[in-house]
Amino acid sequence: MISKEEVQHIAKLARLELTEKETEKMQKDLTEILGYFDLLKNVPEITKNDSKKEVKNVLRKDEILPKDNSMAEKLIAAAPDKKDDYIKVKAIF
Amino acid sequence: MDLTTLTIREAHEGLKKGEFTSVDLAKAYLEKIKRSDLNSFLSFDEESALRQAEEADKKIKFGNFGMLMGIPCSIKDSILVEGKKCTAGSKILENYVAPYDATVIKKLYEAGAVILGKTNTDEFTMGVSTENSAFGVTKNPNDKTRVAGGSSGGPAAAVAANEACFSLGSDTGGSIRLPASFCGVVGLNPTYGAVSRYGAIAMASSLDQIGPIAKNVEDAKIIFNVISGKDKMDATSADYKFEESKTELKGLKIGVPKEYFAEGIDPEVEKIIKNAIKKAENSGAKIVEISLPSTEYAIACYYIIVPSEISANLSRYDGIKYGLSEQDGNLLDVYLKSRGKGLGEEPKRRIMIGTYCLSSGYYDAYYKKAQEVREFVKQDFEKAFSEVDLIFTPVSPVPAFKIGEKSGDPLSMYLMDIYTCPLKLAGIPAISIPAGNMGNLPVGLQIIGNHFEENKILAIAEEMEKLLK
Repeated sequence: MISKEEVQHIAKLARLELTEKETEKMQKDLTEILGYFDLLKNVPEITKNDSKKEVKNVLRKDEILPKDNSMAEKLIAAAPDKKDDYIKVKAIF
Repeated sequence: MDLTTLTIREAHEGLKKGEFTSVDLAKAYLEKIKRSDLNSFLSFDEESALRQAEEADKKIKFGNFGMLMGIPCSIKDSILVEGKKCTAGSKILENYVAPYDATVIKKLYEAGAVILGKTNTDEFTMGVSTENSAFGVTKNPNDKTRVAGGSSGGPAAAVAANEACFSLGSDTGGSIRLPASFCGVVGLNPTYGAVSRYGAIAMASSLDQIGPIAKNVEDAKIIFNVISGKDKMDATSADYKFEESKTELKGLKIGVPKEYFAEGIDPEVEKIIKNAIKKAENSGAKIVEISLPSTEYAIACYYIIVPSEISANLSRYDGIKYGLSEQDGNLLDVYLKSRGKGLGEEPKRRIMIGTYCLSSGYYDAYYKKAQEVREFVKQDFEKAFSEVDLIFTPVSPVPAFKIGEKSGDPLSMYLMDIYTCPLKLAGIPAISIPAGNMGNLPVGLQIIGNHFEENKILAIAEEMEKLLK
């Protein structure tokens, strides 16, 4: 059984505030679901086959492409707190 | 004539002959939407739809226009349409307005399609029933006490109920195919990379795909041809060009995986699928029993990898740049409370699972292990396709279940993905087509193909569609 402390620790890492009720339900659900994952212990040894398919990376030039100001305006407009052209946030320290 | 029952081709012919206009089509669908009690649409814009239809009618008058010109559709509310709300079925984006169009939307506009509105989805596309939507479940048009399936429940119900000529949905573990199967329509899940994900609200970036939900296979093919292709805005999109295939059932090798007909499948569903396979055999296909031993591990593998990717993809919903924001307290409080208040139960659960699996001390046992199993699943399919051309399976072990029947039991919901999620781990395409009914509940047949073989799937699906009528 996943402990309450463990649930609270994970929730803090995930930046989620859970109510008391949510924490209890999460304990139950996580225990059941993580328990289900135990069956992966029975998976046979897998050797990665040197695939005939070539895996290649997709890159693009690292360049600045000019964009219309209207997009920046839309993005700032969507922010919950703003000042001029800046998105306003709480002090970090 | 009820214009809302027409397929894309039928509507196209009618527009060509001048029997009706795109405005007539749009008005007919809008009437249906206004009178709907399915909760399929989360929002629709009559003015905008009629404007688009008028523009299409101008082009239609000039003659020589494409198949999607003037055809009304719905878009799953996890795909961005500029200037319109995009909620992803979540309170955290309840009032979020999309600042740009998804690439698939740009393509639909270029083709002249008319966007009626946004359709309902499980929150952040997490679910198999649309019961996880923060804005209520979508009812199944065939039986309103039952779910439409998920997560593309809104898109599928809209097509099945003739509230749209076609829809765009999205599929990560079955979210196009399952609701298509439950509602009795066609749903195509493309190869990973065949359709651009730019503008699709991300759930699991290594599995997500946008795909068509339509009244028949030909319609799905028409839409897929328009929306697929390389996009410079999506680095995972492939240099892929759709080309029709002449593949036919005669001489085709069809694989039937024994693991997909084991415990848990409803005997009626099994009968319908086996009957469809028999019809294929009678048309000259060779039925080959295959084995996919990775099947029993696929759900565990999927539900480690997907929540892990979810935990990363949903970290952007933090009350800082957009969406619901709780401003009391310090910075940490903004995060904790915005997410605590705005995110629903299922996203929270999956974020927690993912965070746990990726956290120090557990990463090897869970995430790393799941990636190895993913390789096992890929190899299983690779081996299968060296023996057969296509694979036929059920879409779901049961037909549409009653609303509320599975809530409170997350694991039983996850197990609904048993036939649809393994192939997603391998990144291969599959379609769901109606194969029969249990009472008045539709049952879908799944046809799986190898990477970028949507054309083969669609060709055979069209033949099967005629046989299963």
